[in-house]
Amino acid sequence: MGKRIDASDVNIYYGSFLAVEGVSMTIEPNSVTAFIGPSGCGKSTFLRALNRLHEVIPGAYVRGMITLNNEDIYGNTVDPVNVRRTIGMVFQRPNPFPTMSIYDNVVAGFKLKGRSRKSEMDAIVERSLRGANLWDEVKDRLDKPGSGLSGGQQQRLCIARAIAVQPEVLLMDEPCSALDPISTLAIEDLVQDLKERYTIVIVTHNMQQAARVSDRTGFFNLQATGKPGHLIEMDDTTKIFSNPKEKATEDYISGRFG
Amino acid sequence: MATESVTPGRRDSMGLSGATLPRWGIPAVIVATILLTAALVAWTPIQGTAGTVLTAAVTYLVLQTVASSVVEGRRRATDRFVTSLIVTAFVVGVAPLVSVLWTVVENGLELINQEFLTHSLRNIGPTETGGGIYHGIIGTLEQALMTSLISIPIALLVAVYLVEYGGGKRLARYVTFFVDVMTGIPSIVAGLFIFTVWILIFGFQRAGFPACLALAILMIPTVVRSTEEILRLVPNDLREASFALGVPRWRTILKVVVPTGLPGIVTGVMLGVARVIGETAPLLLLVGFTTNINWNLFSGPQATLPTIIYDQASRPSDAAVARAWGAALVLIIIVMILNFIARAIAGLTRVR
Repeated sequence: MGKRIDASDVNIYYGSFLAVEGVSMTIEPNSVTAFIGPSGCGKSTFLRALNRLHEVIPGAYVRGMITLNNEDIYGNTVDPVNVRRTIGMVFQRPNPFPTMSIYDNVVAGFKLKGRSRKSEMDAIVERSLRGANLWDEVKDRLDKPGSGLSGGQQQRLCIARAIAVQPEVLLMDEPCSALDPISTLAIEDLVQDLKERYTIVIVTHNMQQAARVSDRTGFFNLQATGKPGHLIEMDDTTKIFSNPKEKATEDYISGRFG
Repeated sequence: MATESVTPGRRDSMGLSGATLPRWGIPAVIVATILLTAALVAWTPIQGTAGTVLTAAVTYLVLQTVASSVVEGRRRATDRFVTSLIVTAFVVGVAPLVSVLWTVVENGLELINQEFLTHSLRNIGPTETGGGIYHGIIGTLEQALMTSLISIPIALLVAVYLVEYGGGKRLARYVTFFVDVMTGIPSIVAGLFIFTVWILIFGFQRAGFPACLALAILMIPTVVRSTEEILRLVPNDLREASFALGVPRWRTILKVVVPTGLPGIVTGVMLGVARVIGETAPLLLLVGFTTNINWNLFSGPQATLPTIIYDQASRPSDAAVARAWGAALVLIIIVMILNFIARAIAGLTRVR
């Protein structure tokens, strides 16, 4: 089952630069939450803070509290590796490991949980690829390199890889921005299926996509270039797109931005 | 309706196709070059192969550029001129290489037979024919292997530290600086350093092993440098994808970063091996020379191919000089074989 994420007063820094300021929000379990907003407003940065991937950039750090089912993921005794095993991520550009076959790509994250039997691995590969709607397309060439697939297939392979480790939360950073409409549709359908088992957070520049797939939407904005990004408003998706509280949100979704 | 006549090949026409040299243009330039060069050689003091070739090259460049700029215009003339310069640079660069290879094959090939590869030079006088370089092949292979065993782990770990952990730290900057400095160390200096430390201070005897230490000093910086460049080329996306799966950093490096860069790393290692396998100066200093077979890296003098080449080539006898050519050819072949083996190993890890 998916888990609930609470963020309170989160500030995110790149060295001395404050990139995101004062974000507080609740992400409900087994729902799809979308982040929208202009480029550079900190949506992706905030997303990467949720699985402690932000801090792998030299000099980058996070202040504030983020909890996963009331457990502080930035606590002193918390191992970021465990956080990332619980909170999976799919990136903007499909990035299958080029030296690995499709099969090995899917079990890449799983293998390190200890030695596993081949039959168990086979089951995981099939379950994950079916979960990502890719099984039928690749079942006959599992030993071929993952980089030989089309862009949409590669992205679904990355989703299969992310769900193979059975995370509780799945973060998606503009997962469709490099894909054609048909692949995009396949992934949006997949998101609807996945929500039954995972909590999903998706960053998108495509407002129709946010409206189609998400239950709740958060709108990020920044005053000017070089200023930190803020969470302007967060509400049910229908509310955000029909009757937002803030003028900035309405301007953005109706295209009267800036 | 008035049809506008567009003359093909006119530069001021509205058409998208500009004028080009006719099909016979370049052959004509070549013929003109040959005639002009012949005339210049006949009537001016220009002479000799080098003079003729140089004259022909310059004449061709001038004729081609002039013809092209008259017919095709300035931009395409420049294009042809620069293309020709690049081809010339390629030829100038490759010619010595081909020449060296050809000379070695020509002089060394007749020497290579079973006796040459399976016998030492024991009891073969400098003016006698016969004998072989078996003792040198053993020495070279053993020393190359030992040098690689010392250098490759150190160099790979240093490169991984610099790229994956160094990240602008002061130690990383110092290491990078000293690696750069070490790349330029003359081999005799590395040899003297090991001679001082290993033999004068520690009191060990001269043997194959100290030579390996000196060669490692030469090999480590080249391998560090090339591996570092390759690891930097591995996209950050892959590291982040791996981290996001909950893979620890050390495992990410071992399973994702290094395998992705492996073909490049292997190339770097082979360049390092090729650099040290032909070194002579530190070997003369640290292992000496012998005509006997010595399998032991840790005791007694050991012959190697470079020292055999040095020794035989300096003897005033045709038989000895011929053996030097043979040894040179064997050395080149060994480097080639090692290269193929390394590539095969790197290829095994790739998914097809």
